[in-house]
Amino acid sequence: MKEEQIQKTSASSASSAVKENISPLGYPTNLFTGQPSFQRVNETIGSVVLRDRQPRPWWIGFIIAFTLLMILFLAISWLLIRGVGVWGINIPVAWGYAIVNFVWWIGIAHAGTFISAILLLMFQHWRTAINRFSEAMTLFAIACAGMFPLLHLGRPWVFYWLFPYPDTMKMWPQFRSPLVWDVFAVGTYFTVSLLFWYLGLVPDLATVRDRARKKWQKIFYGVLALGWRNSAAHWQRHQIAYLLLAALATPLVLSVHSVVSLDFSVAQLPGWHSTIFPPYFVAGAIYSGFAMVITIVIPVRKIYRLESLITLRHFNNMANVMLVTGLIVAYGYFIEAFMSWYSGDIFEQYMMTNRAFGPYGWIFWLLMLVNVLIPQALWSARVRRNLIALFLVALSINLGMWLERFVIVITSLHRDFVPSSWGMFFPTIWDWATLFGSVGLFLTLLFLFIRFLPMIAISETRELVAEPEKAMTL
Amino acid sequence: MNKADDVFGLAAEFESHIDLLRAAEKSYEQGYRKMDAYTPFPIEGLAEALGKRNRVPLMAFIGGIIGGAGAYYMMWYANVVSYPINIGGRPLHSWPAFIPITFELTVLCAGLTAFFGSLGSCGLPKPYHPMFNLTEFERASQDRFFLCIEAHDAIFEPTKTREFLQGLNPVRVTEVPK
Repeated sequence: MKEEQIQKTSASSASSAVKENISPLGYPTNLFTGQPSFQRVNETIGSVVLRDRQPRPWWIGFIIAFTLLMILFLAISWLLIRGVGVWGINIPVAWGYAIVNFVWWIGIAHAGTFISAILLLMFQHWRTAINRFSEAMTLFAIACAGMFPLLHLGRPWVFYWLFPYPDTMKMWPQFRSPLVWDVFAVGTYFTVSLLFWYLGLVPDLATVRDRARKKWQKIFYGVLALGWRNSAAHWQRHQIAYLLLAALATPLVLSVHSVVSLDFSVAQLPGWHSTIFPPYFVAGAIYSGFAMVITIVIPVRKIYRLESLITLRHFNNMANVMLVTGLIVAYGYFIEAFMSWYSGDIFEQYMMTNRAFGPYGWIFWLLMLVNVLIPQALWSARVRRNLIALFLVALSINLGMWLERFVIVITSLHRDFVPSSWGMFFPTIWDWATLFGSVGLFLTLLFLFIRFLPMIAISETRELVAEPEKAMTL
Repeated sequence: MNKADDVFGLAAEFESHIDLLRAAEKSYEQGYRKMDAYTPFPIEGLAEALGKRNRVPLMAFIGGIIGGAGAYYMMWYANVVSYPINIGGRPLHSWPAFIPITFELTVLCAGLTAFFGSLGSCGLPKPYHPMFNLTEFERASQDRFFLCIEAHDAIFEPTKTREFLQGLNPVRVTEVPK
């Protein structure tokens, strides 16, 4: 029976090679046909990190990212010296940019998990080219996200008070509070994403270790590869653990942003107190995450000439996911407005009027433009396959999702029940420095990742070479 | 038996995963047990053909249960027994509010056990292993497939085992020094 299967395999691979020059996955012929195909994979993906010189665009990008990172360090230092008063926050708007940025970043993280875990469980082999990259993106986005609530604590050096441990004050965290749930949700999300990413990397690190010729590279990749020997027993346990981590990460996609949304909806504030929040936040998270993947992958693909691995099909699929989740988000906006009218509650109704026509009204309408109207262009297959157009739409969504969190956090807080406690929020230069600085942190980590770690899963690509019928599963 | 003490085993090198899978099945039929295969990507059924067992799912399951039960117990103890606060007369043991963290810690502990369980059951991290002495072994992570029958196998016999491996149609059979 095994023989039969094997023969079928080789037969199908031969026929697919004859039938078409390009596999349905979109891989070019030079990777899948011809004799030394493993060699090609190893050389194209496995040697990128061993190169001495990086292309000029890498250096330009890294220098810009690193400059922004220095701005972040400056902003954080000033914050630690003077306190959170350097930001524009006040009473009533106690949650300013820190929380807007936190929710924005954590949302961006979600696409990575979605691509790598959910698509793995669904045996969507097309994910191979982008999964490692998006996992890395997840990790760095969570790192950026986690930074904001910590800085917002006011005294970040006592952040460990958030954890339950028997302390000398004889106090425990209030486990009924969504803010404490958040600590566990984000902490778990980061840890599981890190384990998932690293476990997937170990065999590829071993490949790089075995290809390394310089001493420092041998030591660096040798240590990171943990002595991986590619043995059948290793692979067996590795594969099952990888699948298990994927299965565990999948519910996290739903739970993390649900918990984040509960930070808002458990409060009684008009504009926050809403049952639609968890599903609408999760859809928004995936929406913004895919937008960020597209924003980053389009230039990286161009610079590193990965056109043969990351194809228009990937972009088309990602654009479709954005279209669907974008419609869910638009539905969320509509239901929020409808429910505030339908509730008959004067505060809810005022909140909605104020959101659209109050002092921050222009932000609401800008949000509608960039997050609802412009993404409708994705209905067109020509836009989905035109990288410049897609890049612009993705940028628009990145901005839109940030504005959405601004609208939710700031316009809800600034006018609540009692007019005497109303106020306005104006960001200071340090708010902006921290926001753009966090982009610098994200990009710096991403550039270092591209430089030092294989950004496309080598062993999974080899698997596709050896068993081309897997590449046909789409 | 004249098992040389300085030999770890005999390694046969194959060009494709199909040859290797066939060789692994034949070796197991022959009665060899202490052996392992080295391949550049996971091959379905190979570990099973070699008789390797896998307890990672069970470990992760137990880890998850301990994490979930531990989390719930921790919250119950902290908010009901050790530090009870009466908020508007609401019940102290408000279990729905304890569910999110119970869920998160279940996932966290299951994930940690899956990760460390899989590495631990492979004996990793392990910087040195005799297999690395094999010339061309670095191709196991690139484009070659190896089957190594280890010298401490009950029916290992340097010449006979070599003949047996030669019969499986490998590229070459090489001795792996310890």
